[in-house]
Amino acid sequence: MEAGTVPIGDPQSSAWTRVRSGAAAHAAELFLGVMALVGGFLLIVYGLQPLAQVTINGLVAGSYFALGAIGLTLVYGILRLTNFAHGDLLTLGAYIAYAFSISIGMPLIVAMAISILLVAAFAIATELVMFKPMRKKRAGTLQLILMTIGLAFVIRYMIQLFSGSAQKSLGVNVTDTIEFIGLSIGRTQLIVVIVGLIVLIAVGLMLRYTSLGRQMRALADNFDLAETTGIDTGRIVILTWALSGALAGLAGVLVASSIGSFTPNTGFTLLLSLFAAVTLGGIGNAFGALAGGLVIGITQEWSTLPFDAEWKVAISFVVLIIVLIIRPQGIFGSERTL
Amino acid sequence: MSVPVAVSFDFLSAWSFWIGVGTLAGIYGIFTLGLQLNVGYTGILNFGQAGFMAIGAYSAVILVVTLGVPFLLALPLSMLITMAVGLLVGLPTLRLNSDYLAIATIDFSEVIRIAVQNSDSLTGGNQGTISLELENNRIFSGTWFTVSDWIAANIFDPVGLTDPDFLNLPLLAVIWLTLILLAFGLSRLVRSPWGRVLRAVREDEDAARALGKNVFSYKLQSLAIAAGLGAIAGWFLTLNLQSVNQTAFEPIFTFFGYVILILGGLASFPGVIVGTILLWIPLEGLRFLDLPLDGGQVAALRFVLVGLVLILLVAFRPQGALGKREEMVLGD
Repeated sequence: MEAGTVPIGDPQSSAWTRVRSGAAAHAAELFLGVMALVGGFLLIVYGLQPLAQVTINGLVAGSYFALGAIGLTLVYGILRLTNFAHGDLLTLGAYIAYAFSISIGMPLIVAMAISILLVAAFAIATELVMFKPMRKKRAGTLQLILMTIGLAFVIRYMIQLFSGSAQKSLGVNVTDTIEFIGLSIGRTQLIVVIVGLIVLIAVGLMLRYTSLGRQMRALADNFDLAETTGIDTGRIVILTWALSGALAGLAGVLVASSIGSFTPNTGFTLLLSLFAAVTLGGIGNAFGALAGGLVIGITQEWSTLPFDAEWKVAISFVVLIIVLIIRPQGIFGSERTL
Repeated sequence: MSVPVAVSFDFLSAWSFWIGVGTLAGIYGIFTLGLQLNVGYTGILNFGQAGFMAIGAYSAVILVVTLGVPFLLALPLSMLITMAVGLLVGLPTLRLNSDYLAIATIDFSEVIRIAVQNSDSLTGGNQGTISLELENNRIFSGTWFTVSDWIAANIFDPVGLTDPDFLNLPLLAVIWLTLILLAFGLSRLVRSPWGRVLRAVREDEDAARALGKNVFSYKLQSLAIAAGLGAIAGWFLTLNLQSVNQTAFEPIFTFFGYVILILGGLASFPGVIVGTILLWIPLEGLRFLDLPLDGGQVAALRFVLVGLVLILLVAFRPQGALGKREEMVLGD
């Protein structure tokens, strides 16, 4: 709204405005430069081995943050809906995988596939039952946010009602490690990073090069304009929910596997980090969410070198708030998204 | 018992239980008055109210217990501290659009909660403020107990409410008196010229700006007042629980505030009072329903119902009990 032009009566000094517009022109490069500087500093102070170790941890977290964040940001971009229930879709994914792999005894990979499908179906159902009728009623931002908060309560506590609040585990071996140039990487962690990055690249390519991906991004960019060009918006909206749900289901299984345990609260705890990833990347920008997820993951894990691990989430939020102060639309966001 | 669902009527006589529920309802009412000012009258989606409540509670405790400041001086001081934090939070975030603002404020409240959890020497960490009291050999509620005893002896004892069941009646009375006075004062405030500018900001920021109003400054003032109300809720929460730790300030409590807001209706301070009663009495009353569920399941069921009520209200009666439909413009 007010980036770029200084509104009447704004107390901002012109020097500050110059800093802002300078930062705006090269935001991504500047931010990566700062990350590189921090990385270099950590390398000098703590050495290669510890830094490489936390960077790998950061990539593990970053890959499931990014998977969760892409769905969140696409739904926001297309429907202007900040989905507070998205974290609980991750939880749902983990619990569905648990039901099919541990309770029924299917192989985890099959359970994961079922979980991805069912969470996608659930996401589509929420669109058809709740959000589409609300858009017809021209519901405002607050109403939609409150509705997603209500949905989040229902999902989380239905899971707790039927499955209890005790920790569950997918029975994945999280202690096995692989030695690689002097680094020990958890075997499961390695699988999570590889699966996560492959899916992220596939989604990235899909969004970049396929017709469907271009239509999704066009809708996220400007819904009305996209509609006038003849895009079947109804179909794209449903497919976006399906993609969002599927990625959330996958991310949920990956979180549960790499951390080793989960509770009904797991997804909600992650939600704020997902929001951070989305916001950092610019709300509505899928590539931004991808990059934002990795950046938040790495920031959180890097911070465990100088600070206690309990602070890592708080530190990533502080980084986010600082970025927002300098650049209110996030690093990769355009001014129009404000 | 072959009947799966039965209602026990013990609840009518469980005085101390209902005094506890009323106390909680009153505290969350005060908490939500701040949200009402922000959301209902200014159009600011403040999702960090639990963070302000935490700062109010902890700064009051630290002033009294660790630093030895007299209780009655510590309260206004902690309120000023919380309002100053409100300004600090508002300065960078109030320029953001509503979704970014919601996320930035919820992140702020989480930063506060995590900081409180991990600063053991300052806040008692997960042990709660009781560990500060033990360490400094000073209690936060000392002055309050004197006041409470006086109220009990002079007001409630003469009318026969002396049973140990009524031990916490003075706290309930003071909280509800505060809630009603604040709701009345705020209702007056939003009808003043100042309040009319707030509503103009809510309806159309650009129009308010075109009339020469400093929109940003009004938003900051609104957020700072909400923070101050959060601080008051924080004191009462601490007096009620005796020892607080970070779990009392999770984001879910801000969501509860929004449920109260939507139950009672946007843009109505009496609505907040109605909303908090409509939320807490059925929610706690559910305990007396004999369901074939264990304790954890009953707790889960309560939250499922809160979620469903929230969804259905937003869908079918977004103006709540006392709100006006024409004041519901929050789409932007």
